[in-house]
Amino acid sequence: MVKIKPNVAVSESGFLFNPANGESYSLNPVGTRIFGFLKEGKSYEEIRDSFMREYTVDHDSFERDYDDFVNMLKQYNLTERDEEEV
Amino acid sequence: MKKKYNIGVTGLNAIDSPGPGIAVIRGLREAASFDVRIIGLAYESLEPGIYMHDHVDKTYHIPYPSTGTDLLLQRLEYVHQQEKLDLIIPNFDAELYSFIKLSDQLNKLGIKIFLPTLKQFEERQKFNLPDFGKKYDLFVPRSKPVFAVNDLYKLDEIDFPYLVKGKYYDASIVYNTDQAKSAFNKISAKWGLPIIIQEFIHGTEYNVTGLGDGKGNTISAVPMRKQYITDKGKAWGGISIADKDMLELTDKFISQTKWKGGFELELMKNSKNEFYILEINPRIPAWVYLAVGVGQNIPEALVNLAMGEEVKPFTRFDVGKMFIRYAYDMIVDIKEFEQISTVGEL
Repeated sequence: MVKIKPNVAVSESGFLFNPANGESYSLNPVGTRIFGFLKEGKSYEEIRDSFMREYTVDHDSFERDYDDFVNMLKQYNLTERDEEEV
Repeated sequence: MKKKYNIGVTGLNAIDSPGPGIAVIRGLREAASFDVRIIGLAYESLEPGIYMHDHVDKTYHIPYPSTGTDLLLQRLEYVHQQEKLDLIIPNFDAELYSFIKLSDQLNKLGIKIFLPTLKQFEERQKFNLPDFGKKYDLFVPRSKPVFAVNDLYKLDEIDFPYLVKGKYYDASIVYNTDQAKSAFNKISAKWGLPIIIQEFIHGTEYNVTGLGDGKGNTISAVPMRKQYITDKGKAWGGISIADKDMLELTDKFISQTKWKGGFELELMKNSKNEFYILEINPRIPAWVYLAVGVGQNIPEALVNLAMGEEVKPFTRFDVGKMFIRYAYDMIVDIKEFEQISTVGEL
């Protein structure tokens, strides 16, 4: 499961702030929702099912976009290092 | 009733590469534990702080450090006769040596200062940084003092790119010997010798300002990341951050050296998450008002330490608060400029 660092916060508008290094980012509404789910500790399957109920998206497309997003979070050091890979 | 202190403050050059004076004064004026009368001590007639009468009550010209400590002491004795100074907070790197040298004499006059000892001041000098790192077990970049252009050809252990740094101020990154020679000549003409050649550490730069009580205790420490940088590399905006490693490093620096006074650590975090100390500035930095704004009034705590009061270490600060500097034009009558220029007081 992807684990977001505990002190990283995101606002309702999608403004994300990492207090460890002062970096901030802007997430779009979909990114904000995924980030929120990850903060709540939801699994990939739970997040995928929730999105598939609400949006017209197939498994493969969701998985590809989800992986891109999660890789970006890792690259910016917003996730815990010892996470289990999805 | 609160005590009132008469405090001399230098570094009134609130310009694009600002001295810390005005930020220090703002902290002092917001102090909860005392009131202040601020006596500005200025080297030049156009230092903006001289004319900022909401901040500075009275300003006196003082002689440049290069004229020697005797002249400086004479001038400070005169200012003391007029103003009954309780304390002076020097804020320029280039003047600290003189003030540290004069500390006993100033103390006899009844003027306190709260600066690092001469030993602390000397061992953290840029050209002593490698020995400093070894002695206190701190990561520092490899560096070498250079006294002549030809020595640039004998830097086997430091590869390009590297930094060419002035003794007190200025730094250029260079990628070949021609650039290094040019930077050497330019910086040495302005700030003298030695020039320091320093290994370039790739990474992200951070700064910490803080205060040590001289007994090994950290009274204050606030880390900041620059967000907006001027062409001289000065922070024009920054944000307070929470990094446990950085605070631990600061505690280690203070406890190992028993640092006395305000300071700024310039740090670089490399790709292995190791912090290197690039510079130790032995005075309060110009961005200190951020520390005041997030709950650690360093200038106030420094004054209380200097006056022998008990000062409890700060335990928290607000994370994610930003400072954003701005430029502001004052309209000043020529009479004021005339007075500070001719009489040396305003």
